Amino acid sequence: MNLAWRDVRHNLLRFVLTCFGLSLLMGVVLSMMGIYNGLVADALTIVRAPAVDLWVVEDGTRGPFAESSRIPGDTRAAVSRLHGVGSAGSVTYQTVEAATGLGKLRLYVVGYELGRPGAPEDLVAGRPIARAHFEMVADVRTGLEPGDRIRLGRDDFTVVGLVANHVNSGGDPAVYITLGDAQTLQFELAPPAMRVQRQRGAAASDTDTINAVVARVKPDIDPSSVAEAVRRWKHFAAMTQIEQETILTRSVVDRARRQIGLFMGILLAVSAVVIALIIYTMTMEKLKQIATLKLIGAPDRTIVGLIVQQALALGGIGWAIGLVLLMAVKDHFPRRVVLEPENALALAGIILVVCLLSSALGVRAALEVDPATALGG
Amino acid sequence: MTEHIRDAIVEVERIAKHFGSGETRVDALREVSLKVHAGEVVAMLGPSGSGKTTLLNVVGCIVEPSSGRMRLDGETVYDGRWLRSDLRRLRLDKIGFIFQFHNLLPFLDATDNVALVLELAGVGRTAARRRALELLDYLEVANRRGAMPAKLSGGEAQRVAIARALANSPRIILADEPTAALDSARAAIVMDLLRKLATERDACIVAVTHDEKIFDRFDHLFHLRDGALDPGAPS
Ligand SMILES: Nc1ncnc2c1ncn2[C@@H]1O[C@H](COP(=O)(O)OP(=O)(O)OP(=O)(O)O)[C@@H](O)[C@H]1O
Ligand SMILES: [Mg+2]
Repeated sequence: MNLAWRDVRHNLLRFVLTCFGLSLLMGVVLSMMGIYNGLVADALTIVRAPAVDLWVVEDGTRGPFAESSRIPGDTRAAVSRLHGVGSAGSVTYQTVEAATGLGKLRLYVVGYELGRPGAPEDLVAGRPIARAHFEMVADVRTGLEPGDRIRLGRDDFTVVGLVANHVNSGGDPAVYITLGDAQTLQFELAPPAMRVQRQRGAAASDTDTINAVVARVKPDIDPSSVAEAVRRWKHFAAMTQIEQETILTRSVVDRARRQIGLFMGILLAVSAVVIALIIYTMTMEKLKQIATLKLIGAPDRTIVGLIVQQALALGGIGWAIGLVLLMAVKDHFPRRVVLEPENALALAGIILVVCLLSSALGVRAALEVDPATALGG
Repeated sequence: MTEHIRDAIVEVERIAKHFGSGETRVDALREVSLKVHAGEVVAMLGPSGSGKTTLLNVVGCIVEPSSGRMRLDGETVYDGRWLRSDLRRLRLDKIGFIFQFHNLLPFLDATDNVALVLELAGVGRTAARRRALELLDYLEVANRRGAMPAKLSGGEAQRVAIARALANSPRIILADEPTAALDSARAAIVMDLLRKLATERDACIVAVTHDEKIFDRFDHLFHLRDGALDPGAPS
């Protein structure tokens, strides 16, 4: 007969509650892993959305995500003419707060030129922007649906399509509008302010400013050679898609990533201590029974089996329920949770080791117990 | 007429046991020698601290003596040192323990508490349960076969524990205060049972007791005083 199972069955409620508590802990560890991955995945989604090879930004910056970058609107034409460039487009990025029926919404507004690189390529609903003004493609996290109308600045926009997982490094969902609309939103002053400026004699500011130019190179052309060519113009910095992605993961989300990583480490340590304590206490409570088992002649293998099997069951069940719990709630997190099978497996491995180590502690105590303690009162 | 000489199952020769050393040394047993034969039911008596439990533990191969010799069921198991490395197997095969408090495993029902020792000895699950039921029946607790220990009365639990002690048909049954937790009627039943076991199974029973009501039910009373047998005491 299996003593481990019989003992568990005898105290089933307690075992189930312990497993459940442990699974909550495991769920938190897994969600930390998921948030960590989600942070990286989110940062990359927006930079991968236009599917380009080259980013041209203000000289001396690593924009437009890591730092702000402002370049003149005619940069795009110059980049297009460069040898090896297939197509290029101007883009702008800005964060705005918009009022909706549901309250204030923080939006990451991306402007791009119709028919040029910069448009999101992975719509999940609706259609791309087709008109030059007042149409919008929004991330599903905005809660907007195709056909919804929303006011940005002084204009009303109609949602025509949806994308998923397009957020900035702060987690604000993205909306895509045309470059013209975005420039109006970003650079044009409200009419009263404009009148004040004119009265002060200031020249009407040039609104044809953009944050970056994105470009696709022709087949068989090395993007880094094109980037090198752009840099030689002196006034612009250029980086390939890979360099841009590296900047995002290394510097933009790096601190958040390290923070979460550290927190995850602490959580893992806490979980390990909790598991070890549970298993050790479970064994200590059974010492008298273990002494009895020894007295009636049970071999060490029976006693070790009792402890180790329970430890593994506890860890395994805690892990499995934790995983199920996280899977059930992960879409309700404010930020994306991306759980890779490797993460779940890595946690399983860690728990396995922790369970074995802590049952080793219990086993040592159990093997040392004197069978005589079972005798008498 | 030839006198039938029964085998000595427990032979203890000049066994001594001390705990600690120097100032704190306690001589729990001082060169105790005794023999218990098959079919005998004997008791060890003596004041608290006189070494009764220690002697029982030595015979049960739980406590290692400091010196002396001991034979169990014809096999020399101790001669200045243990001569067997697998004392637990020896206990499983030859010795049954009855505790003052029944010490049943709380997570197994009555039948499985008994079946466990059989399974440990290599008996298959079905056969073990069948034999366990027979034993419970023999001890008249078969009606409680499915009950968990916490639900058994003191007397029922003690009888289940005795069934467990008998499961592997040991030649030696050691009982530390087997009746202390029972009322006198129950105690008498348990004593009758131990007697029946000794004769029917050709085993010997060594009990520790304080219970004067049952003194007359033993074949021998060994009086211990300060770790030595007291020859002057009535037997
Ligand atoms: N593990 C031990 N370590 C040190 N001293 C011990 C140990 N076990 C027993 N002793 C001592 O050995 C002596 C005999 O103890 P034992 O338990 O055999 O007495 P007892 O006759 O069973 O007493 P009681 O009737 O109170 O159960 C006592 O003085 C006791 O303190
Ligand atoms: Mg005692």
